[in-house]
Amino acid sequence: MTLDDLDHAILRALSANADQSTTQLAQKMGLSQPATWRRIRRLQDSGVIAGRRLVLDAEKVGFGVTVFLGVKLATKGRVSLEDFERAVGAIPEVQTVDHVLGLYDYRLRVVARDLADFERVLRRRIMTMPGVGDVEANVLLSEERRPGPI
Amino acid sequence: MLDDLDRRLLRLLQADPARSVPDLADATGLTAARVTRRIDRMRNDRIIQGSHAVINWTALGYAVSVSLRITLDKTVSRAFDDFIAAARAVPEVIEIQTFLGRVDVRLSLIAKDLPDYQRIYREQVLPLPHIADIEALMTVGSVKSDESLPL
Repeated sequence: MTLDDLDHAILRALSANADQSTTQLAQKMGLSQPATWRRIRRLQDSGVIAGRRLVLDAEKVGFGVTVFLGVKLATKGRVSLEDFERAVGAIPEVQTVDHVLGLYDYRLRVVARDLADFERVLRRRIMTMPGVGDVEANVLLSEERRPGPI
Repeated sequence: MLDDLDRRLLRLLQADPARSVPDLADATGLTAARVTRRIDRMRNDRIIQGSHAVINWTALGYAVSVSLRITLDKTVSRAFDDFIAAARAVPEVIEIQTFLGRVDVRLSLIAKDLPDYQRIYREQVLPLPHIADIEALMTVGSVKSDESLPL
């Protein structure tokens, strides 16, 4: 889908802050409220805006540790990828699962209350998955999301 | 501190940040005024920091997504700061994370296609300062991406 400058501006504004109302956004863009609404609808309908995400302070709600895990499957071919994906995706502490190509087969983002809690999740839930081989853990220290090329 | 009702509200809002106050009141059995008070308190305490639109980069023509795992030359004292400042200037970088572990920094990079990725990698990533080693993981598919917390 082709976007013009105003679409880009709307996308930038909403990806920074989706709490603002269409009226507020229209004012910023110098557009009418219905025109802004139509553009947002078009961005949603075409799938460019895939949804809206609440931003919580993970630490303040009790999740002090975030770990990125690289997981290599030990017995490729014998273990079904679908089974692994379904099982790992069902673990509540696992926030994201990406199937990747390279040194690892999967990249997971895992949250835990603290390092002891992370160890429990890793040992009891992740290492016990069928076919899990090498696992590399990197503890998140800081994170920043960038607006991207829009 | 959060009580069970706060957590319940956060769970509902995590699933749908656009959910209205009357709707939240119905789901929790609280009055609308109480829901508003609790949400306002969590916003003031910066527990709820806001919300943002999730962009589907594939729908915008960015078919390639790569996770770059970078080790920095730690003999340089400003390696992290210099590297991150320079990485921010690459528009296709959508996430920057620093770690304790084998990897120092991770960049999430998007590109239109493989030639575009190769161009960005050569012209904008490799010249970033103080890189000791880079490994690339190319995303083949996203299995789970909701990023919600198990409240």
